[in-house]
Amino acid sequence: MINYILRRLLYVLPVLLGVNILTFVLFFVVNSPDDMARMQLGDKHVSQAAVNNWKQQRGYDLPLIWNQQQNGMLAIQKTIFFEKSVGLFFLDLGLSDNGRDIVADISQRMWPSLAIAIPSLIFGVLANITFALLLIFYRGSYLEFGGLFVCITLMSISGLFYIIAGQFLIGKLLALTPISGYAPGLEAFKFIILPVVIGVISGLGSGARWYRTLFLEEAAKDYVRTAKAKGLSELQVLFKHVLKNAMVPILTGIVVILPLLFMGSLITESFFGIPGLGSYTIDAISSQDFAIVRSMVFLGSFLYIIGLLLTDISYTLVDPRVRLN
Amino acid sequence: MRFSLLWTDYLVFALVIGVSLLIWRASKKQHMVRPWKKVSDSTVGVVSLTVLLSFVFIGVLDSTRIKYKPNLSNGEGGARTETLSVLDIVLTPIRTQVETTYSMPFAHTGYAKELLKDEQGVTQWVYPRLKYAGAHLASAVNEKPQDIITKAVEGVFLGFMCWLALVVLVLFFSKARSHKARSKAQKNMAYTLLIIFSLAGMVASLGPYYHVLGTDKVGEDVLYQAIKSIRTGLVIGTLTTLVMLPIAIALGLMAGFFRGWVDDVIQYLYTTLSSIPGVLLIAAAILMAQVYMANNPDLFTTVDDRGDMRLLLLCMILGLTSWTGLCRLLRAETLKIREMDYVMAARALGVGRMQILKRHVLPNVMHLVMITVVLDFSGLVLAEAVLSYINIGVDPSTYSWGNMINTSRLEMAREPIVWWPLAAAFIFMFALVLAANLFADVVRDAFDPRENN
Repeated sequence: MINYILRRLLYVLPVLLGVNILTFVLFFVVNSPDDMARMQLGDKHVSQAAVNNWKQQRGYDLPLIWNQQQNGMLAIQKTIFFEKSVGLFFLDLGLSDNGRDIVADISQRMWPSLAIAIPSLIFGVLANITFALLLIFYRGSYLEFGGLFVCITLMSISGLFYIIAGQFLIGKLLALTPISGYAPGLEAFKFIILPVVIGVISGLGSGARWYRTLFLEEAAKDYVRTAKAKGLSELQVLFKHVLKNAMVPILTGIVVILPLLFMGSLITESFFGIPGLGSYTIDAISSQDFAIVRSMVFLGSFLYIIGLLLTDISYTLVDPRVRLN
Repeated sequence: MRFSLLWTDYLVFALVIGVSLLIWRASKKQHMVRPWKKVSDSTVGVVSLTVLLSFVFIGVLDSTRIKYKPNLSNGEGGARTETLSVLDIVLTPIRTQVETTYSMPFAHTGYAKELLKDEQGVTQWVYPRLKYAGAHLASAVNEKPQDIITKAVEGVFLGFMCWLALVVLVLFFSKARSHKARSKAQKNMAYTLLIIFSLAGMVASLGPYYHVLGTDKVGEDVLYQAIKSIRTGLVIGTLTTLVMLPIAIALGLMAGFFRGWVDDVIQYLYTTLSSIPGVLLIAAAILMAQVYMANNPDLFTTVDDRGDMRLLLLCMILGLTSWTGLCRLLRAETLKIREMDYVMAARALGVGRMQILKRHVLPNVMHLVMITVVLDFSGLVLAEAVLSYINIGVDPSTYSWGNMINTSRLEMAREPIVWWPLAAAFIFMFALVLAANLFADVVRDAFDPRENN
């Protein structure tokens, strides 16, 4: 098992290197640091001195991948690629373009993101499973037809509408929760409710439909027919057999997104003014802070790959038929 | 009058012609016709397809851009030529009747009170009359409900007459004269068209006299904005697929068929690309495109050019980041197919590898391609709204539902609230995405080989 995990970890390295090179090409080769400096300084007729100054302050004044003025190892080390990209491997994200420590920012902003993401995930999965089980239970009836239509309607509404409508109805008209904002500690609870409720509802359509197909696949198998034939009630079959066996794909599907919960949700967080990583990224995009966007791209891919790794491992744990090699 | 097309316009027409050619070729092959027969037997399938085609019709009208000289009869305008789409010309009444600021749907007065002088010269704090909407009524408060109902009924009747004319025309040219010979699909399509025609007639009849969906901050008709946004949504939903398909098909088939190092390289490529969170990759790419466009302003002279370039870039970036899912599917399917007896037989007979790929593998994975294209469409239309909201979507000057939602976010916080731009974007987007989702479901059921036994 440990051997297998180690081998998989080794496979992660080339992928991360690929991500790294891709972000490097995107951020430094497609557009030179000069272009970024002009964009940031705003004016089209900005002087070359100002551009050089901007670059020097942020360490972008080095050559891209090969420094001819240095000898030996320094020729590779004193470059943008080495200083800005290789550091990402050791989670040394450096300073943002306006001079803040990115790692410190992330470790602080991670918690509000998690406070929204974890309850949304748990309640979302529960709601989806319940709805999907109801659809299966009333299979072939008008209730199922209606339920499926509700699903497809929910799917056809943009996530933005759920948020705007939710904020308006619950936050403004009924004034049950604050419209947006965040407070640390236990105070956070009242700010979390609305985003979580909206997150659950907006994911219900596609989620319930997806789980329904999983359940249907399971319900078509022979052992389910056997269970029915031996006289188990529909409910018993549903909970003891169908649900239990369908939990394998459901759980492994959840494992893959677990690490990404840290990243938060871009839209939800910026709408509700939650100081998490999602709104951090949005702010960076709109203020064109390249250092932060680059770090978040790398961090996101890193977490995604960890998620894939965890999925593989959890498969081998729950399904003994899966061989490790 | 001269055509003056933008880049995306050419691509839209190429796409329309390409799809028509494909349909024409497929219609001669029995195995391609069968699943479509299934689609046309389903009521939901036909109704949603009709709605989708109506949207496409509007989109194509909006893509036919011509250099247009406004009427010179009143001496104004001079030699100034504008580039307008055919849709713009059709919508001239609601395009040109621009008020000064917000007004509610069907309102004849402004939304906020203003200081105005009446005939006696007394300054009063009143709701100002709108310049165009309801201007034909003498006493608007009393006559308006009656007038709206009359115009609506007239419009529905107009739509009905147009529909009747179309039906008679089609019947005249088709062979199926008797009631029984007409298929269920044709009837379903006709009834859906009746509803669409009635709605269109109603809007056409009310449009010149009222702002059916109100006006926005600068007084522009919201209905006009929502209709103009259709093209943006369609372009993103379809052109992205056009970019993504060749990559996904070529790489997926190659990985599955050649195995070995080709497979390794392609797998590495798509694992790397798909491990970057989609939104972030798009954000990074758009950010870079913005830098490029800011530094090369002379390449994009007009606002239309810039908006169009950004739309095209967005499609390309979305396409370049979204091929991985389909590629993975195609690779798995090709791995299965290459072990099939008929591929073995072809290889034993000495058929070249390219020929096998073209003749035996590609046709057998087309159902996957078909299903993915239809399923992705609605997702892309929804994605546009989200991306525009984060400012990494289409250009702010381009009409799009995402931009409408984006601006209406502040309007919802106003007191009293301005809800109609949001409602308009919601209605149009919901209609398009719901139709696409329903159609996708029917197509998936019809093309899924597991359901065909």
